[in-house]
Parts: sequence; structure tokens; C-alpha cells
Amino acid sequence: MLSVSDIEKTYDEQPLLKGVSFSVEENETVCLLGPSGSGKSTLLRIIAGLEEPEGGDVRWDNASLAGVPTHQRRFGLMFQDYALFPHRNVAENIAFGLKMQNLPADEIRLRVENALQTIGMTGFSKRKVTELSGGEQQRVALARALAPNPRMLMLDEPLGALDRALRATLSQELRHILHDSKIPAIYVTHDQEEAFAIADRLLLLHQGSILQSGRPHEFFHRPCNAWVARFFGLGNLIGGTVTSQVPLQVETPLGMIHASCQNQVPALGQHTTLLFRPSQARQAPTLSENKVTGKVLDQVFQGEKFLVSLFINEQVPLFNIMLPEPVSLGDVLAVNYQPTDVLCLNNGA
Amino acid sequence: MTATIRTLRRWTNHPVGRGLLLWLLPAVFLGYFFYQPLLALFSLALKPTPGFSLFALNFNRLWRPFSFTIGQATLSTLLTLIIGLPGAWLFTYFDFPGKRFFKTLTTLPFILPTVVVAAGFNAFLGPRGWVNLALISQFNLAAPPIQFLNTFSAILIAHVFYNTTIVLRVVSNAWSGQNLRLQHAAQVLGASPWRTFTEVTLPQLKPAILAATFLVFLFNFTSFGVVLMLGGPQFATLEVEIYTQALYLLNLPLASILSILQLLCTLLITLGHNRVSGLGDLVSSPPARGITPRKPGKALERVVLFVILAALFVLLVAPLASLAARSFVKLEPTRGERGTIERGLTLQFYRELTVNRRGDLFFVPPIMAARNSFLFALITIGLTLTLGLMVGYAQQHTTILNKIMDPVLMLPLGASAITLGLGFIIVFNRPPFSTLRFPILLPIAHALVALPFIVRTLAPALKNISPSLRNAARVLGASPLRVWREVDLPLLTPSILISAIFALTISMGEFGASTFLVRPDYPTLPVAIFRYISQPGALNYGQALAMSTILMLVCAAGIFAIEKLQKSEKDGV
Amino acid sequence: MRMNLIPLLVVIFTLLTTACTPAFKSAETQSITVMTHDSFAISEALVADFEVEHGVKVIFVRGGDAGTTLNQAILTKENPVADVFYGVDNTFLTRAIEETLFLAYDSPLLAQIPAAFKIDPGNFALPVDYGDVCINYDKAYFAAHNLPVPTSLEALIEPQYAGLLVVENPATSSPGLAFLMATIAHFGETGYLEYWHALRENGVAVVSDWETAYYTNFSGSSGRGPQPMVVSYGSSPAAEVLFAETPLVEAPTGSIIGPNTCFRQIEFVGILKNAPNPDLAKTFVDFMLSVPFQEDIPLQMFVFPVNPQANLPPAFLEHVDTPDQPASLPPELIEARRETWINAWIEVVLD
Repeated sequence: MLSVSDIEKTYDEQPLLKGVSFSVEENETVCLLGPSGSGKSTLLRIIAGLEEPEGGDVRWDNASLAGVPTHQRRFGLMFQDYALFPHRNVAENIAFGLKMQNLPADEIRLRVENALQTIGMTGFSKRKVTELSGGEQQRVALARALAPNPRMLMLDEPLGALDRALRATLSQELRHILHDSKIPAIYVTHDQEEAFAIADRLLLLHQGSILQSGRPHEFFHRPCNAWVARFFGLGNLIGGTVTSQVPLQVETPLGMIHASCQNQVPALGQHTTLLFRPSQARQAPTLSENKVTGKVLDQVFQGEKFLVSLFINEQVPLFNIMLPEPVSLGDVLAVNYQPTDVLCLNNGA
Repeated sequence: MTATIRTLRRWTNHPVGRGLLLWLLPAVFLGYFFYQPLLALFSLALKPTPGFSLFALNFNRLWRPFSFTIGQATLSTLLTLIIGLPGAWLFTYFDFPGKRFFKTLTTLPFILPTVVVAAGFNAFLGPRGWVNLALISQFNLAAPPIQFLNTFSAILIAHVFYNTTIVLRVVSNAWSGQNLRLQHAAQVLGASPWRTFTEVTLPQLKPAILAATFLVFLFNFTSFGVVLMLGGPQFATLEVEIYTQALYLLNLPLASILSILQLLCTLLITLGHNRVSGLGDLVSSPPARGITPRKPGKALERVVLFVILAALFVLLVAPLASLAARSFVKLEPTRGERGTIERGLTLQFYRELTVNRRGDLFFVPPIMAARNSFLFALITIGLTLTLGLMVGYAQQHTTILNKIMDPVLMLPLGASAITLGLGFIIVFNRPPFSTLRFPILLPIAHALVALPFIVRTLAPALKNISPSLRNAARVLGASPLRVWREVDLPLLTPSILISAIFALTISMGEFGASTFLVRPDYPTLPVAIFRYISQPGALNYGQALAMSTILMLVCAAGIFAIEKLQKSEKDGV
Repeated sequence: MRMNLIPLLVVIFTLLTTACTPAFKSAETQSITVMTHDSFAISEALVADFEVEHGVKVIFVRGGDAGTTLNQAILTKENPVADVFYGVDNTFLTRAIEETLFLAYDSPLLAQIPAAFKIDPGNFALPVDYGDVCINYDKAYFAAHNLPVPTSLEALIEPQYAGLLVVENPATSSPGLAFLMATIAHFGETGYLEYWHALRENGVAVVSDWETAYYTNFSGSSGRGPQPMVVSYGSSPAAEVLFAETPLVEAPTGSIIGPNTCFRQIEFVGILKNAPNPDLAKTFVDFMLSVPFQEDIPLQMFVFPVNPQANLPPAFLEHVDTPDQPASLPPELIEARRETWINAWIEVVLD
């Protein structure tokens, strides 16, 4: 289906996209996740044909789309601000794409009616779009993008402008609508929860290239570098120097730590970052290996467990762990990490 | 005391009450300075006069100028749109060298007295103008091939010359503020560039185009100098008839009836415009992505661009340039051989402007005339902006009051300078105005003419300011005045600047009312120009052109200054 | 960013104060106000002398062209702006008299002025100057085309002069009206329309005002228009010499001086009824009839003084042609028939 290869783009003479490649398969919803300013929207605009890439290629079923103007690409794009036409009412907005295909009026009316039903807004057809609430506008924008049956749908932060509660319900709804329509989709967001909720596959865009791609849980279990771990907030990240490769030992402000590595083992003397997940801290005072000792600064009840913040020393003033039982502030605590639980990561960008 | 304050506060918080308070000053201003003189003149005119009876009136004398006025205004407006809209497109989407300069140039026709414009067109297209001379020498013709003066086309072309800038400014301002995403959305939904234009861009531009059309139509409708001087005596608009009847024949009853007819038409046009623009009254979200002009790319684009620019240049800039060029060209002393024009460059006309050869009491050095013009323009800007903002705020809520007041406000547009000038003379020829040596009535008259434009420019911008922005500022601790300064003012700046340019150009170029109201010790630039051109002699002619060139320069400087302010404003943010 | 407005305000304020300061000075001295038309001009030194001699300040108010100014004076006659009104001519004189605009004043200086100028027997309006509306021609054109310069009104309808004359619309221009009256004086009320019909057949060009006629249509001016003959003033050739870019020996244009080809306009001054300062006004009227002012007239306004004791400047004498037989009409007849003539003219020439 869609394949994007080596896309390059500069913005204000700064490289914005530095060789982005990925593909989207049939029935698949791909989430493009990245912090603001990472070039996500620009990438969508390039795929849509609204902007020209400076290098690389966008292909559909192996045919290059270079030179195909936007209006002949048959992609749907839902804009961050919805871009509803203020001079048209709800039905006229949804009908726009159908009208561009010069469909007969009867069919247009029927399909608009269906679209309104899908988004649960029957009876809204004559309303002015400027009078709609944010959520309603979002639905109309979605209906408008879907109505002409695009061969692929792109959504640019579609829930960005909405409040949290609405976002949760709408993202559920959106996933169902996308799956039911069987239209492949690229979904752009900076919000990881939203991405996890929607995506079949996730692409993490950072500093102009795709840092990691995979199913959502893979990012949790195997972040490819320290930046990814920090972006997802996976846990405590502590820097150190490799002192032994087998077994992997790292000298850190916490002391000598035994760790494991999923990819290439770093070289001796190399600087590296270790990930300590709060949930994997164990209270096993008998073990002396990978022991972390600190004073309790704070604790927060988080449903099933307590998130406890420890002060270790000047270099590590804050270290979070999860404990099943409450502790007292000011107590000195010691926890252990199994070497297999301490993940050694590239420093990344 | 506190009770009064409380009542006052309740009033100011209620939309209707606030509307009343905001309308107060503009209404008093209009009532005192516009409706009072107008009514005084009409009551004077409608006193029973021997030899004149309303019933014996030959309706042909009303119908002929009326039908001609409507016809020429419609045609001129269409032509102006045909020239102006592609221009607006060009100014919105493209950057090219000298764009700002060119844009300023297109504003200049607005300020020039008609007699000078006639001279400019004569220098350019007249029988001895540069185009005809070039054609004659190129093709060995016996007679000048282009007949321009005293034709109906001259009226149309001069109207296009004067008014294209309105379409350019109003439409391109709205256009570049359009949300680019809407166009992108349409393209993604399968609309070709042309359909995107017709289905999305054009409907969105409709209010701006209508507003511009309305203003241009009104200007053409009340056109005076162009018809009189370029069209010649066989053409007469209502305004020309009013002038003839009132000032030459002192037939005030007929002049008044014509004035009332003209005012009624203005009223109808205004109401019609309000109806149409009300339908397209869109409160769109502030543009997420405005249109940024770019350099022309493809060859075809360059060609189209060149054609439009060339057309604009020939129509708008060439007469101005011919005029300015003539102010530096000395003709040979033994003038009159009907062959070549010997050209010699000279600054003599400019030097002479500062020499009081005859020891004339009314001699005014150009710098003083420029100062006076500028001063009156500044007062006009101040007056119109103050009143315009008040009206703009009053109109934010649709109340019955606004529906009544809007036509009241727009009526001065249709009043002829002659009617207004005569009315002023009748009503204000007593203290305090007659004892003031400073002719404050002059900028007041200019403000009356400019106010409707300014309101038309400011009100939509005001409506577009989201109330939540003001609320946000208030919650953050800003006093009402501070809210205005921090939220409204920055958001209004572009519209305020456009208004200021309008007021500046209207005031700088106004001549009709000025001839009545100006004091000999405070002549404006157009009055000074007229003083030269109403006497025979090559030197006088040259000086009139030199003075016109100075007027253009002063005005261009004013426009540049105003736009510079806008730019530094942008940079400062 | 907001700071930018402050310099602007400062500039406005400074300009305002500098402009308004003279308004507050000189409130003590007495002043006399003279209402006049745009073409009025006078030497600065002369006014200064008058002000010193009589201890007054002279304020001039201008109200557009001659017709406009008169109508303004009529409209405000109950409460006049000025004391003295200058600039009504014999084509509008009767209107001013009938509207009782002026106070009668038998100036002692009237004795010096020839009776021919004293048209108003009641001395409500006193003659100041006179000039002739004549057809000017472009000397070079006639020389280059070996064409004789026409010497009579009748000659203008000959085919050799087809399309060579431009006139002003009498409804909007005072020289245009004067020329119409010259034709009426010559052909009579019964014959003038026929003459104009013939002129129209012969391609007479009509424009709205003198400025357009002279500078846009006339080939003898710097405007270099298509027509070599224009209805202008007898003094225009002198002005062409005086206001040439390079000194000229001979005027490039001349006036056609034939029987009734020129119409004589006499301009009058009057003291406005209800004038705030009638005594000062009398002093000023005397001043306008006296020799110093009368001698200032030719080179300021390009018309002749009515006082024969005034010496004419040589440049003026040399280049201004005066007709032996200028046309004229009785002012009462003009007042009674003006509108009828103009309307009839419009029907014949424009429709």
C-alpha cells in the first residue's frame, strides 16, 4: 500500500525530516508519535501532496506519487483544527468530497445521511458548523474525511483540542470507526496514551527520523534507547560507565550495578544509561546485589500500589519505586533489582 | 452617589446600555456636524421660491442624471473588480521585488485632485501624450491614434484608476488572512485548484469582495471631478448636477431634491449591502495558517504575474509616472511646433515653488502646504479612529439600536461635498467656529467622509476578537483598559493601520469641501495645486505638476510610515 | 511595541500646538474680513502697509471660484462671515443686488473712475477691475499650417477651422458663460442658437472648466492638447510670457480681437449688509480703488484696473490685447435670462 522512503525536508534552513521511511499496510492504523516540532504534520502534508519533499519518495502500490496533485491522490486528511468550511453547514461539509467526485445528488444525500448516522449526529445536517461544540466538530470532520471513501486516511492530532474525558471516549469511538471502515490510516499525535489506544503499529519520530517502530507494548518492554525510555516515562534512568562486559557491570552513582542488555553489549569504558522500572523494585533485604538505599521523600497512592520517592545521594536526588505497602516519610529504605530487570540502554539523542 | 455609580455600571454592563453609551459621541458628532447642516440647507432650499414648483418639475431632469449615474457606476465598478481581483490575488500569493513600493503607488491615485489626474492622463494618453507620440513616430501616423479625453471610456478608466486600490487593499487583506487549511482540506477531499477557488476561497472572500464592491460603487456613484473634467460636459452624474444647480444657477430647490435623491440611493445601497453581507457574516476561528506570499515559480505563473502587473502598471502607475516625469521636463521656449517635444531635465519648477516672485500675500511655500495637509490628515485620523472604534464596539452586539444607527452612519458617504460644504457655511458661520482661525471644520468634514470606511474596516476585525481572549486577560488581572491595550489593540492593529491609511488618503486628497472651508493662511496641497493650475503659463503648469508630485511623495511617505509601524509591531512581538 | 504610538502622538501634539498658536495671538487688534474668490491675489507689502496705517488685521476668506463664493455670501447674508465682498462680476451683479447683499457706499474715489464701469447706479457694488474673455490662439499652429487667424465670430464656423476650437460649458464655467454672452450680444437672442448649432457642426470641443480647456485641450499651453483655439482671457498671452520657464520675447499665444469676439467682465467690491465692521470696510473699499492697489492688480490677477490714474506695467501693455469693441449685455437682462440661455445652449450643443 503506502510506502514512504527517505523523505527529507528542511524548514527555515534547519533539517526537519532527515530520511524518514516507513510503510502502511492494508487495514492497518499506524500511529506517528512524537513531541511537538518533530515534523509529524509536515510528513502528513508531504504524503497528502500539500508540500513537496526535498528528497525521497512517496509511493502507493509501488507507483510513485510524485507529480500527482493533492486532489487526485484520494487520501483523506483530518486537520488538527478540523478546517471545517465555515460557509457551509454540516451536511454540505460532509458532502464536499462527494461533490468533487461529481456524484449524483441523490447518492450524495444518501451517503451524507449514512455518515451522519455513523458519527451519531443525525438531525444535525442543517446546523452551522460554527455553532457546534468541539467534539461535534471533530466528528463532522471525521465524517467529511471518510465520506468520499479515501484509500487512506490521515489524522493530524484529531483529538488535540478536546478535553481529557472527551478524548478518552472519542479515541475509543475513533478506533472502532477506523477498524470498521477497513481504511488504512496514519494517526499523528504527541499523546502516548492516545497512540496506544488507537495504533496497530507505532512509529516514534524524533529529530527528523524514525527512532523506533513496533507494536505499542514493544516500546514498553524494549525501548531502543534512553530518549525513548524517557519519552514514555518508563522509569529511573541512571548514567554510568561500563566496567565489565560479561557479566555486564556498570559503575553508577548507585554503586556497581549488574545489568542486562537486549542488543549489542556496550564496549568497556563506554558511557551508558540504565533503566530501573519502579514496578520491578523488590523488597528483599537478604540480597546484596543491585541494592538501592534511600530516604523516603514522598509517597503517593496509585490505586493498587504506592509510588515512593527516594533520596539516594547528591547525584541521584530522586528515585521512584512502587511498593505494595505504605511506608513512613523519612524512613531509610533499601530495595533490590534483579540484573535481568536493569536494562542497559544507548544514550540515544 | 454610589447608587448612581452602580446604575451606571449596570448600564455599561448591559449590551443595550453599553451600546447607547458608545453610540453617544458618534451620534452627537454626526448629528451636529452632518445632519444639522444638511437639514439647514434643505429647509432653506425648500422655502417657497417664486418661479419654482415641485409639481412643475420636469422629471427628465432627475431621471437623466440618475440613470447615467447608475449606469456608469455599475460599469466602472465591474471594470474595477476585473482589474482589482487578479491584483488582489497577486498581492496575496506572491512576493516580487518592489511589492511594497508598488502597493503604495496604487494607493496614490486616491489622493490626487482630478484636475491633476486629468493632466496626468493627458501627459500619458492625450493627443500629445507619450503613448500617442510614440505610436505616431513608430508608425508614421498623421493623427494621434488614441482618443481618450472627453469620452465615456475616460470616465471608466479614471474610475478604475481611482478605486482599484480599494479592491486591492480590502480583498487582499481578507485573502491573506484566510485559513490556508480550508483550501488544503478541499484539495485533500479531491477539489482541483480551480474548484478549491470557486468552492472554498471565493465564498470565504465574499464579504470582503462585497464590501469592496460596495465602497467602489459608492465612490463611482458620487463621482464628481472625474465626470466633470475627464468626461466632459455631455456627461453629468447627480453630483455634477447638484454642483451646477447649487453653485452656478443657485437653484437650491432642485439641488436639494437631487441631493435627497442621492442620499436615498446611498441609503438603499447601504441597506442592500448590509443584507447581503449579513448572510456571509462569518466568525471564523483565527487563522491557524495564513497565506504567506512566495516567489513565483513556474514559467506560466511568471507570465500570468507579469501580465497582471503590467496591466496594473499601465492603468495605475503610468499616469502617475507621466505626471511626475512632466514635473522634471522643460519644454522648449518656442513652444508650439506640432512635431517633437524637446526634452530637457529641470528642477526649475521645484525651485520656483519656494520663490514668491510677485510678493503674493497668499504665497505658501510647499513645505507649509504639506504641513497643513499632513496636520489635517492627522486630526482626521485621530477623529475617525476614535469614533470608528466606538461605533465598532457598539456594533459588536446585534441590537435594534445598531440596525437603526448603521444607515444613519453610512449616509455621509452619499452626501456631496458641495451639499456638505454649503451646509457647513450656513450653520457654522458664527462663533465659535467663525472666530477660530484654525479651520477645524476642515478635518471634521474629512472625518465625516472617512468615518463610514473606517467603521467598515474596523467592525469586522472587532467581531473576530474572541471574547475568551479578553476574559483570559481579565482573569489574569488586567484592568479593562489594560485588556484593551494588551488584547484588543494588538489584534486590531492591522485594521487600525488600514483605517489610518484610508483616513490619510481621503483627507490628503479631498478638494471639494476643502475649497469652501480652507482658510487662505492654511491651504492644503490640493488647494495649492489648484492655485497654480488655474492660471495660464508654462511655469504655473510645471509648478502644479511639481506640487502634485510633492503631494504624492508626502502621501507615500505617510503610507510608508503607517505600514512601517505595522511592520515593527510584528517584529516586536 | 506599544511605544510606537507615542512618538506619533507627540508629533500630532507638536503640530497641533504650532498650528494653533497664531490663533491665540492678535486677538487684541481689530480685524477686517474680506471674502473673495480663489483667483484673488495681492502683494504682501501692500496689505502690510494697510494694516500698519489703520491698525487693523486683514483676514481673507476664500470660497472657491467666483460663482461659488457669491452663492456662499448670499446663503450667509443674515450672518455674514466677512465685512467686504470682492469678486462679483457683471454676469452675476444683478443677483447680488437683488438679494440685497450689499450696503450702498459712495466712495469719494468713485469720481476718478470712468462712468462706463459704474454699472450699478445705487453704488451697492463698486467696480475694481475689468478684463476680457477672449479666444486665445496658438501662434505656432497657425504659422505651421499657413492658416489665417480668424478675426470674427462668423469666421469660426468656416470649414477650415473645423475642430480647432475648445470652449467651456457655460453651466459650470464663468469664462464659458461669458463667451456664450458674447455670442448673444453679437447675434442677438434670436440668432445665437443657430450660430452655436453651426459651431457644433464645425466640431467645437466642449469641456467643463477653464483648467481642462486651457491645459488639456489647448495646444498653445504646456498641456499641448489638440485644439489651437481656446476660450480664455485677453491677458493669458501676457501670463504665458510672465510665467514662461525661459524668458520669452514674444508670447506663444495671442487673443482674437474682433467685433464682439471678447466679452468684458467687470469685477465689483461691496460692503456686506450686517457687516461687523462697516466703517473699516469702507476704508478697505477706498483702499481697493486707490492707485497703489489698482497698480498692483495687473500682475497679481491679470486684469486691468478701473482707475485710469493707475500706471500699467510695460510687460502687461506689450502682451495684452484689448478689444476695441468688447461685447456686453445689460446686467438685468443677464439676470433675467441666464438660466434660459444656458438650458437652451445645453440642448443645442450637448444633447
